[in-house]
Amino acid sequence: MTTPLAIENLSMRFGAVTVLPDVSFEVAPGECFGLVGESGSGKSTILLCVSMLLSGWEGRIAIGGRAVRDMSLMERCRSLQMVFQDPYGSLHPRQSVRAALSEPVRIHRLGDVDARLEQVMTDVGLPVSFLDRYPHQLSGGQRQRVAIARALILEPSILLLDEPTSALDVSVQAEILNLLQRLRAEKGFTCLMVSHDLAVVDYMCDRFAVMQHGEITEILPRSAILPNAATHPYARQLIDASIAYENAM
Amino acid sequence: MTMIPTETGHAPARPRLPRALVPLANILGFLWRSPTSAFGLIVLGLLIAMALLGPVLAPYDPYAQDLQATLQAPSAAHWFGTDELGRDILSRLLFGAAITLRIIFLVTIVVGPIGMAVGTVAGYFGGRVDTVLMRVTDIFLSFPSLILSLAFVAALGPSLNNAIIAISLTAWPPIARLARAETLTFRKADYISAARLQGASPARIIWKSIVPMCLPSVVIRLTLNMATVILTAAGLGFLGLGAQPPMPEWGAMIATGRRYMIDSWWLVTFPGIAILLVSLAFNLLGDGLRDALDPKQMNRR
Repeated sequence: MTTPLAIENLSMRFGAVTVLPDVSFEVAPGECFGLVGESGSGKSTILLCVSMLLSGWEGRIAIGGRAVRDMSLMERCRSLQMVFQDPYGSLHPRQSVRAALSEPVRIHRLGDVDARLEQVMTDVGLPVSFLDRYPHQLSGGQRQRVAIARALILEPSILLLDEPTSALDVSVQAEILNLLQRLRAEKGFTCLMVSHDLAVVDYMCDRFAVMQHGEITEILPRSAILPNAATHPYARQLIDASIAYENAM
Repeated sequence: MTMIPTETGHAPARPRLPRALVPLANILGFLWRSPTSAFGLIVLGLLIAMALLGPVLAPYDPYAQDLQATLQAPSAAHWFGTDELGRDILSRLLFGAAITLRIIFLVTIVVGPIGMAVGTVAGYFGGRVDTVLMRVTDIFLSFPSLILSLAFVAALGPSLNNAIIAISLTAWPPIARLARAETLTFRKADYISAARLQGASPARIIWKSIVPMCLPSVVIRLTLNMATVILTAAGLGFLGLGAQPPMPEWGAMIATGRRYMIDSWWLVTFPGIAILLVSLAFNLLGDGLRDALDPKQMNRR
């Protein structure tokens, strides 16, 4: 099986500021790969580059062996989707859930709109009657479920998660993470997840990269968190701080 | 951090009115509760009723001259008096309502879409497209609208339809500016990025995601604009460049009446009051709509 997502020598600059000097990593099939690091370390920028929402980057990003730059818009949209950080900003305030979810189906002319909507609502654990609600009639967790449903309705092979739970309450975070785990097991998509919560990474990810100033300092397996097996001083410091914080809670 | 394996329980959906009618009923109800916008609604209703029923209600033919009864003061036979050719002013006012309404309607349906299209396209694409479209808008904005419409009518020839075209050509730039400013505030929003990730074309994003967000403020602005449109149309009529005699357009009525103003006050007073009331009503209605279409109000479905 080919590598679902490979990033080679990705670099991105905004004017004089180099956000990502040179990033390379690969994500294995079915894996959930985490990106952690302090604010401004370029985690989210990687997701924007992969999704082509930012297009001024250099290097090579390939999904299943095909460069994303060579893919047509339609093909790219069906291979990768993204769940955004803030469920209050990622759903159109004047579109009902039905309108929001049927848009991608119509754009890609998949047909069978109603059946697909019902299926995806069941998948994310929302009652089908919620299709006629507007975002302001939903709670944060329900909105994030709708956002996940919208990402999954095109059946992508890669799901990009940009801190999908950081805007949510702790108990709702757990629900959303459990949902993502269950869906990943059922649908077998590959995840690339940005987070700065190591507990979330510990729960979700098989491997994770610690980033600082746009560079990957170290790629570690999940099992390295608790014994703190990191060798790079910054990664050690980050994991130590996180464990100390968890213990203090 | 502990993980709680749960599935959410869901509240049953509330029963509601038919979906399309709820916001409209809410907006009208909201407008009705405030005295000023209720006044606006009433005058607008009267204007529409006059335009529709004018031919039935009018006691006389608005074009029928009676040289035996010129410049008569208001009386039981002629409530608002007669003009210099003996035509009944009340009848002319009633027929003029339809003309005023036609001007407002035509200008609005031309100006709204043009302004909206220019503004949202400029705001969404940005860069060079934005620069070109906004400089064109600036050129139109740099002339006072009455002067520019005067120039257009002078070029096209004086008639009511040309006045409507001229007013439309001068009234869209503020709408475009507004739509662009609105678009800029949310073109980087996550839901626009999500739409792009779904493969939506720019046209689809503008139509489905951006236009619905701009619509409330554009509707408010258009309503407030209607007062200006009425005044500009009356101004053009007054200058003899809009509706041509013997059409009972209110501005033209004032223009012909001004020669007799000192002796026969009713010639200019009644059309003047009509113009004042209608433009005031649209201003108040626009103010009321601004409150009614506030997102916080919209959420009370």
